[in-house]
Amino acid sequence: MHSAHDGDAVILADLGLLNYAATQHRNLRLRLSVQAAAANADADAIAFYARAFGVKRAVLPRVLTVHEIAAINHDVNVETEVSVFGGLCVMAEGRCSLSSYATGKSPNINGACSPASHVEYREEDGRLVSRLGGFAIHSVAKGEAAPYPTMCKGFFQAGDYRGHVFEDPSSLDAAALIAPLAEAGVTALKIVGRQRSRAYVEAVVPAFRRAVDAYGAGRPIASGELTAPTEGQKTTSGAYRKTWR
Amino acid sequence: MGAPVLGLTVGPLLFNWSSRAFADFYARLADEGPVDRVVIGELVCSKRLPFDEDEIPTAIERLQRAGKTVVLTSLALPTLPRERAAARDLVQSGLEVALNDLSLMNAVDGAAFSIGPLVNVYNEATLAFLARRGARGVSLPPEAPYASVRTMARAGAALGVGVEVWGYGLAPLAISARRYHARMHGLSKDSCRFVFERDRHGLAVRTLDGRDFLAVNGVQTLSCATVNLVGDATKLTQAGVTALRLSPHSGDFVALAKTFRDALDGALALKEALAQTRSLAPETTFTHGFLMGAYGAEPLTAG
Repeated sequence: MHSAHDGDAVILADLGLLNYAATQHRNLRLRLSVQAAAANADADAIAFYARAFGVKRAVLPRVLTVHEIAAINHDVNVETEVSVFGGLCVMAEGRCSLSSYATGKSPNINGACSPASHVEYREEDGRLVSRLGGFAIHSVAKGEAAPYPTMCKGFFQAGDYRGHVFEDPSSLDAAALIAPLAEAGVTALKIVGRQRSRAYVEAVVPAFRRAVDAYGAGRPIASGELTAPTEGQKTTSGAYRKTWR
Repeated sequence: MGAPVLGLTVGPLLFNWSSRAFADFYARLADEGPVDRVVIGELVCSKRLPFDEDEIPTAIERLQRAGKTVVLTSLALPTLPRERAAARDLVQSGLEVALNDLSLMNAVDGAAFSIGPLVNVYNEATLAFLARRGARGVSLPPEAPYASVRTMARAGAALGVGVEVWGYGLAPLAISARRYHARMHGLSKDSCRFVFERDRHGLAVRTLDGRDFLAVNGVQTLSCATVNLVGDATKLTQAGVTALRLSPHSGDFVALAKTFRDALDGALALKEALAQTRSLAPETTFTHGFLMGAYGAEPLTAG
């Protein structure tokens, strides 16, 4: 029945939908979305999804280290895919309602995080203040580039601390980790595309194609060339390196 | 026959209280709290467990003697082998286990289990799947809006599965492998040396213009506003919800539970109940934004 749309696979997170797909469309290839919250650093949750629904590939959350990813690939017979470029979710994915707390729109319910409809930039006392859902979460001096106000990358006050409590407004760039990720048994790399422009896609996708091809051919991977279209002009390799925690 | 009466469940303590405060809380809850079920154990961070471990069996025994159903919670985000092993032990305990992560689904065959609020249950198909797998009840994510709650409560009644709603407390909004308390102190999670929260409800996080917004509780991020659905008791009863969950907070928690009990029994007008809860927690902002409002943090207005 699914051949009407002729996709190679569907990517799902919701247990009810996974169950529906697995029982009603038996030949449909299922992939497990990162939003399915199979985030623990062992294969138990992924093994459950594989057993219950026959999922063939799981997109791993961005909170695991390369070592933990290798352990998962060792333990379970499911392909894994990891995010290498774009937004960095510092929270366990599919389990975060920060966005709906501030705006009413969430990844789980609406498929959007920190939606542009709720973003406001305003000049106040010579600074450009960014608000999300009316909450002031960032400000820069006039003329400076303002990052997109994503909830978990806001600038907050907590006790005596003033700063990016959860994460700096940087984006994920794990290009330098392509080799270790491949050696950890990862099948595919994911480039974040949601809420992104054509210019971003044009810049990022070919760069990763070249990097992956270079790795495949045993050539060194040029680093640093992907930093132009990122959020806040800063990148991090996120949790993949253990120091992040 | 009148409308069925909702039960009250006390969720696991989310905060890093001292052993003494922990013991006192559960002793008083056992002796005086008008609640049916108590979920106990460590949900947020396994590093805290050694501090409460000795107190938990004592608390369980006292709660059971008082006639409460005791349920053990699983960890929200197990990331270490020892956490995985500890989770399996929970299933062997003979007590009902509340799963807050799906990694335990392989291990619960035949065991008594329910689904905690940190598992994504947003529709009746998911509810039905979990019911068929043996879940006795589901505590819905605090994010669930009223229309979804109503649909799932109806489905739950047909399936014979209890549907519980987050009734009171700072709402769990996110969990991470990263420990934010420790990050602010320049330490990583794996070497955080147990930076203790001085604040009994986590550390308040304010916006640039000084508005209370979030609370950091180790690896967990909570709302700074307190979800309070006491004023919605009638609507939730009509929807077919089977229980409300009260999350442990400091202050007179037993009095809070009594207020909820009276409101649910119709012994106290909802407006009066809301006023009572305000006087019990005068410093907090209440919200029912996720259930009824435009966004989760929307303040509950009087009247």
